[in-house]
Amino acid sequence: MIKTTAKKIYIVLIFIFLYAPIATLMVFSFNKSRTRAKWGGFTFQWYLSLLGNREIMQALWNTLFIALVSSLSAVVIGTVACIAINNMNKRRRAVILGITNIPMLNADIVTGISLMLLFISLGFKFGLGTILLSHITFNIPYVILCVMPRMKQLNPSTYEAALDLGASPVLAFFKVVFPDILPGVLSGFLMAFTMSLDDFIITHFTKGAGVDTLSTKIYTEVKKGIKPEMYALSTIIFVTVLLLLFLVNKAPKEKNERRI
Amino acid sequence: MKNSRLKLLSSPYIVWAVIFIIVPLGMVFYYGLTDKTGAFTLENVMAVMSEEHAKALWISLGLSLLSTAVCFFLAYPLAMILAHMNVNQHSFIVLIFILPMWMNFLLRTLAWQTLLEKTGAINNLLSFFHLPPLNIINTPYAIVLGMVYNFLPFMVLPIYNALVKIDPNVVNAAKDLGANPIQTFFKITLPLSIPGIISGITMVFIPALTTFVISKLLGGSKILLIGNVIEEEFTQAGNWHLGSGLSIVLMIFILINMAASAIFDKDGEGGLL
Repeated sequence: MIKTTAKKIYIVLIFIFLYAPIATLMVFSFNKSRTRAKWGGFTFQWYLSLLGNREIMQALWNTLFIALVSSLSAVVIGTVACIAINNMNKRRRAVILGITNIPMLNADIVTGISLMLLFISLGFKFGLGTILLSHITFNIPYVILCVMPRMKQLNPSTYEAALDLGASPVLAFFKVVFPDILPGVLSGFLMAFTMSLDDFIITHFTKGAGVDTLSTKIYTEVKKGIKPEMYALSTIIFVTVLLLLFLVNKAPKEKNERRI
Repeated sequence: MKNSRLKLLSSPYIVWAVIFIIVPLGMVFYYGLTDKTGAFTLENVMAVMSEEHAKALWISLGLSLLSTAVCFFLAYPLAMILAHMNVNQHSFIVLIFILPMWMNFLLRTLAWQTLLEKTGAINNLLSFFHLPPLNIINTPYAIVLGMVYNFLPFMVLPIYNALVKIDPNVVNAAKDLGANPIQTFFKITLPLSIPGIISGITMVFIPALTTFVISKLLGGSKILLIGNVIEEEFTQAGNWHLGSGLSIVLMIFILINMAASAIFDKDGEGGLL
């Protein structure tokens, strides 16, 4: 009895530790005072002025655009690569998976500066394009990490059976293989999207002047003081994701119950 | 025929990996091992021995080792509790730890600045209970706290995954054969979770060793970590050769860590997911 209570208290303490800063930021978003230091009363004004703040809205669209396009591209490149890797002999597979691990195991700062040096030597113009290329690069490994285990569990005979029954390889892939690896593809997409959204370090080194994502915008605001609209926006994003996850987690369960 | 066509499918990724992973790393090595005239030199790498850089490296190593240890001792009991909770929704547990990432990393770290301030929420709480105040903002301890806070999920998830995979029959067998809980833990549970522990250590130690943001936000910009030195070389001082040379030193630590994890985790079992 005492043991289970102690366990519960421990879990609660860890979650307070993890979520206290988030709660703090949410409180800031309703704070009338412009500084973080004191509480000036409750207000919704930052949520309203957020819509009129063109800089923050532009950074938001950049962030969402980069996260969406980079994670979708990573999903396509990564999933296709997984099909091929799965059919390779052990040695080739080990080499490719080893290379895939590099961006995940390497320090973000090293990945960031290495890409910066590459773009400079290729004469690329720094901007949305270079950020996008970098994000696709660090997102692909997360997709492969999520899809590869699913790929290994596949029964190859089902794909061959589809081919024997006259399906073209592409049709066989979408009808037989794809539904089986779909959960891996989806979690890979979600993981890649989250990583892209939360990234600061690699974007910091590969962005051009005048192009900002939310992370780099916040970083430049740190010295001047964060605009309260930023807290409002973060709160909106967080609550939206929370609701979405709640709905997604709820939906499949209902389906299952109906089936039973 | 069929196989060779399938192999072709990997070519977009291989081309991508060569251009955006291998070549850029090669460039870091090129810049790190040459001087401004393009001649070979070890000077940029050896620069880490200079008093200023060596100090930054030692502080980084110390703080990141301390944070990794704290993360481990916080995460292991938590992972054990979660693994025994019989939550059959594996993805739910992963989500709880990934969810904070949807609030921007910089903002979350900045929030600690406010929480830790002399008149911040934590000190108000402490004084309410008549406890001595906590004055750690702008000290190395605040940096450690920021590291533990940001990287704790990366320690919990691999250990949790390793623990969930342990066959309960093995644990029961140990108990049947007369092992007490402590013996069972040290002889069965702990050794079987080593792949998870190793990958957790890697995933906390490397970002902690190389961060420049956490030290900037919570260390009051007085404490320079090796990451701060490299970042300044690239963005302010503009000495890419020196910055690359110091990055090579960082990569040596990363390689040591990767080699260690390859030895302990041969099958690549300890994963984040």
